[in-house]
Amino acid sequence: MPPIIQVENVTKSYHRDSFEIPVLKNTSLDIQDGDFIALMGPSGSGKTTLLNLIAGIDKPNKGRIVIGGTDIASLSESALAKWRSNNVGFVFQFYNLLPVLNAFENVELPLLLTSLSRAERKKRVEIALQAVGLGDRIHHYPKQLSGGQEQRVAIARAFVTDPVIIVADEPTGDLDKQSADEILLLLERLNQEFKKTIVMVTHDPRAAEKAHTVRHLEKGELI
Amino acid sequence: MRVLKLVFKNSLRHKLRTSLTVLGIAIAVTAFGLLRTVVTAWNAGVESSAANRLIVRQAVSFIFPLPFSYRDRIAKLPGVEAVSYQNWFGGVYIDKNQFFARMAIDPETFEQVYPEYIVPPDQFAQFKKERNSCMIGRDIAERYHLKIGDIMPIEGDIYPGHWEFVVRAIYQPRDKTVDASQMLFQWDYLNERMEQEAPGRANQVGWYIVKIADPSKAAAISEEIDALFKNSDAETKTETERAFQQGFIAASGSIISAMNFISFVIIGIIMLVLGNTMIMSARERTREYAVFKTLGFSAGHLIGLIAGESFVISFVGGAVGLAFTLPIVQMFQAFIPKGWFPVFNVEPITIILAGVSALVVGLAASLFPIQRALSTKIVDGLRFIG
Repeated sequence: MPPIIQVENVTKSYHRDSFEIPVLKNTSLDIQDGDFIALMGPSGSGKTTLLNLIAGIDKPNKGRIVIGGTDIASLSESALAKWRSNNVGFVFQFYNLLPVLNAFENVELPLLLTSLSRAERKKRVEIALQAVGLGDRIHHYPKQLSGGQEQRVAIARAFVTDPVIIVADEPTGDLDKQSADEILLLLERLNQEFKKTIVMVTHDPRAAEKAHTVRHLEKGELI
Repeated sequence: MRVLKLVFKNSLRHKLRTSLTVLGIAIAVTAFGLLRTVVTAWNAGVESSAANRLIVRQAVSFIFPLPFSYRDRIAKLPGVEAVSYQNWFGGVYIDKNQFFARMAIDPETFEQVYPEYIVPPDQFAQFKKERNSCMIGRDIAERYHLKIGDIMPIEGDIYPGHWEFVVRAIYQPRDKTVDASQMLFQWDYLNERMEQEAPGRANQVGWYIVKIADPSKAAAISEEIDALFKNSDAETKTETERAFQQGFIAASGSIISAMNFISFVIIGIIMLVLGNTMIMSARERTREYAVFKTLGFSAGHLIGLIAGESFVISFVGGAVGLAFTLPIVQMFQAFIPKGWFPVFNVEPITIILAGVSALVVGLAASLFPIQRALSTKIVDGLRFIG
């Protein structure tokens, strides 16, 4: 069976003023369907850039990124946006919930782009929030939740659309140990029970222990 | 629906800032409405002028009279349907602060020349019958609680002496631009008294009003009238009523132009106030917009969110401003001396202009934040710390 994520000879650099800063150098990586992979490495090694490229929120200068048979590097911005909404769930370090929306509305947000009815959306959101243990916090706003609870809402938002892959950028980076353990447990469940392919960037070796595969990056190269 | 809800929630995210912006827009819209109303009031005479009326006045200056004998010569010209005449009377009613137009008119031709003054036939018949009768506008009747049969004592200044007029008719303006605050009395009454007290001032009129059959011949007839009295002691200057009214306000033309300009500067101020708010809001939400884009929301969604918020704020500000415009205009009218602006209404076009301006400005103010939100890369937006 072909890998669900194929990163082929990808090069990425950024321009800062007149300087070109190389971030990824001819990087290749295959990730199998249902895998839970942790990308580790020092700051500036290119792990978040690689994650962003896999998630389709950035484009490589060179190379191909094929996910589920689609070369996402060749998609237009609007096609890529649509592809993201159908295929990727996002978990950020700082949760990135909308402060004016409650837990229910935050989780419902990506479903607004689907053709689901209001009743179907409600059902899905409630299931997702119950799955992350926040069935009793549906109407709470982010400021009324702890950091761990906010991240759980963010995880519910990430999988409520039933995406092919979930990308998580330092999901435990802003949490205390207990909350971090809960989040890692949730990601583990998503991978094992819901068979989601998870790509996680982390500095935390304990977090990396939960992954099936750990890859290290250094100076833009996988080692 | 959720996106619309988000627009409203975003609008109320910083309640104090939104309230101050709404207040700023409301004040600007009210100021715009007030200024436009003043400008409109200034031009009311011009607006009410008819295309088929010519005004014949002394060529040297409006303040010099014309001989009464001109009337018949003008009336004989081809294309002339009627000739009426008036004198500015002035005088003091109650005290010098009670300003409104007081004029001597010719009752025989008045209705024919000025159909926009609606007078009950029985009242007008009575007005024509009594020499010292007068006809007053609806506003004057209301302002001074005058009714038919009441006496209006006036101390003359241009025409000295004590004058008493009996109210015999109250006219209604047919259109909003017609001055309903005039006091009109019989020219014959004035002339007879001049014959007795100042014979040198008798048989003189202030100006003639010439009703013509074909407005397109106004220029030709004007030339003919002026040619009739060329090289006489009292040469004439004939012009359309509109040109005559414009001549009246020409002296204050630069003030009106300045007010006109300021009223549109105010629209610019609204844009800056709202633009500032929207730029601040959009900047603070750079990361949120990046999250929206990450989740797959399109450029159209972001445009809707930002423009929608700007639109909501400008709409509320515009609505509050318009709601305040009418009472503020009425308050302003109460403070200015009576009669300064005989016609002082908030015109529908002023309301439309103010409302549309607020909304257009609302959309315009969102352009820069939209451009910024759309052009920011997702990865840069997610890194943004506002």
